[in-house]
Amino acid sequence: MVDKSLELFDCGHRACGGCGPALAGRLILKGAGENTIVVASTGCMEVFSTPYPETAWKVPWIHSLFQNAAAVASGVEASLKKQGKSEKVVCICGDGATFDIGILCISGAFERGHDITYICYDNEAYMNTGIQRSGATPYDASTTTSPAGKYSYGNKRPKKDMPAILAAHGAPYVATASIAYPADLMQKVERAVNTPGPCYLQIHAPCSTGWGFEGSKTVEMGKLAIQTGLWVNYEMVDGTVVKAKKVARKPVDEYLLPQKRFRHLFKPARNEEEIAKIQAIADANAERFGIDIKPKK
Amino acid sequence: MRQIMEGSHAVAEAVRLCRPGVISAYPITPQTHIVERLAEMVANGECDADYITVESEFSALSSCLGASAAGSRTYSATTSQGLAFMFEVCFNVAGMRQPVIMSIANRAMGAPLSIWNDQQDSISLRDAGWFQLYAEDAQESMDLHFLAYRIAEDHRVLLPGFVCFDGFILSHTYEPVDVPPQDGIDAFLPPFKPFNVLDAKNPISMGMYATPDYYMEFRYQMDQAMDQAAKVMAEAGREFSERFGRDYGGLVEEYRLDDADVAFVAMGSVCGTVKDAIDEMRAAGVKAGLLKLRSFRPFPKADIRRALAGVAAVAVLEKNISIGSAMKGAAGPEVKDALYGTGINVYSYIIGLGGRDVRKKDIAAIAKAAAAQQGDMFYGLRTELV
Repeated sequence: MVDKSLELFDCGHRACGGCGPALAGRLILKGAGENTIVVASTGCMEVFSTPYPETAWKVPWIHSLFQNAAAVASGVEASLKKQGKSEKVVCICGDGATFDIGILCISGAFERGHDITYICYDNEAYMNTGIQRSGATPYDASTTTSPAGKYSYGNKRPKKDMPAILAAHGAPYVATASIAYPADLMQKVERAVNTPGPCYLQIHAPCSTGWGFEGSKTVEMGKLAIQTGLWVNYEMVDGTVVKAKKVARKPVDEYLLPQKRFRHLFKPARNEEEIAKIQAIADANAERFGIDIKPKK
Repeated sequence: MRQIMEGSHAVAEAVRLCRPGVISAYPITPQTHIVERLAEMVANGECDADYITVESEFSALSSCLGASAAGSRTYSATTSQGLAFMFEVCFNVAGMRQPVIMSIANRAMGAPLSIWNDQQDSISLRDAGWFQLYAEDAQESMDLHFLAYRIAEDHRVLLPGFVCFDGFILSHTYEPVDVPPQDGIDAFLPPFKPFNVLDAKNPISMGMYATPDYYMEFRYQMDQAMDQAAKVMAEAGREFSERFGRDYGGLVEEYRLDDADVAFVAMGSVCGTVKDAIDEMRAAGVKAGLLKLRSFRPFPKADIRRALAGVAAVAVLEKNISIGSAMKGAAGPEVKDALYGTGINVYSYIIGLGGRDVRKKDIAAIAKAAAAQQGDMFYGLRTELV
């Protein structure tokens, strides 16, 4: 059982107001519990939570480099096993560290079958370095390296399907979650850390600074992503989707419109063609995961 | 017990005797025989380590970092491109003060691709904060591992270290090796006592970021620790000599330097050739000697100044090139610095790159060049090709 009163991610860190990843960090530790060793990658969460000599982490925490958390975790796990120790090893890394620069180390760790839980807090771009696109950036999002312009509608490619990649490695448990649904998130963390073998969790963590919305709307953004079908909360066991959160879907406009990163799709005029493409991505998600609640006749 | 062994197997035997908790390695020529032999030992139950077969050198060293932070004695081995792939992790392991030991079967850096020996790989990591020891033969390749763990894990030091031995020349040749008994090594090298460890009962944060208010002091302390490494190596070397009868007490070894006019400075297997060449030169009336650098980091400045006082010329044999530097080799300027103000002429000679053979007659010719004040040059170039 998750102890919701457990606070292992301390206040006083330097995250922006309304930071989705900070909320993710707090919820992850509630789900994982005290007997946890966290391995972090370089990124927003690492920087705002551990400015020497202060730390927000009340569990053992180690950061080495941007792209090697899964390899460091492999070593931690091997050492604990050798010493007969029982701590759970949990990587907490951003989407750049996961989808892009760290994928080699993750692939190796998952193929070798280490008993680790790898959690990606996905804020859909390199936020720490100033909002550059990553392999997790959604289609048409404007970032500082995929800016919208006269000849560009923003990011040219849809998100990479990391959960499928890790499920293909034979991971026993792969799931997605959102900071907007905390009880679900904590339960999934608890399940992942208690499942032997390498497990993967991808947590949607809206970034008010990078996406361009009010810091008070973080949870609302997380909910809208789910409600429009642009983010799906699901679980895969041994490669098969066993559960996905059903929704009465709203049009994607409701998620896109409040965010500065998609503003170019609405100004100076509504870009019907591009918005239709994004709606098609949501429709395909709904089809793939069967999330639509059919209206009663 | 004295046995005939391949150099790589002597290294693997040394690692086994050091009882590592976690071994993590990726295959690369000419390092492979070490990690293959260790895998065999683990498979047969002769070595009680957890062996991680990583997907890259980058992960090999990263997983050693994690295992070390969690409290295990760790080991890896690599060479050349593999070491270059670890470049970023090397700085990180040293900065996080994890006493990881890694064998480097020295090999040239591409391009062009070359699997053969020189020392460009480890020399290029000289500023990473690892101590670097260089072995002359299979016995020294073995013994320096025992010393390396003692130095690295000493709480006055807490720095990682390379044990470098020349690829193929030492890794793939057979020599008689005196293998110490397990109880002897257990007495010399007690179980690993980490300074800090990842432990849920006592949570700490490791590898935090430092603002300009804090960063410089971390680097300063690493430099201080490297000075301590020299001290600990001397102490541990003396103890090793008392226990096992082989003396590695110093960062340098002197050979026939007492009345030498020309002194060579060299590292690694070429020292054997140089010693033979010196014997021949001396028989022919040329007063030559050798100062072998067993340690490149820490750099034995005081030893060099003391040992080379009174020689007329110093020829630094370099199996590396710092392209664009005035002396061409990496060690030359540091030797010259050690001898600053003595009036002794110091020259670098770039030799044996990419596995080119270095013969006794080459050594004799270099002695002549140094005496004639010609140096800071390549020696043994095929001039018809350039």
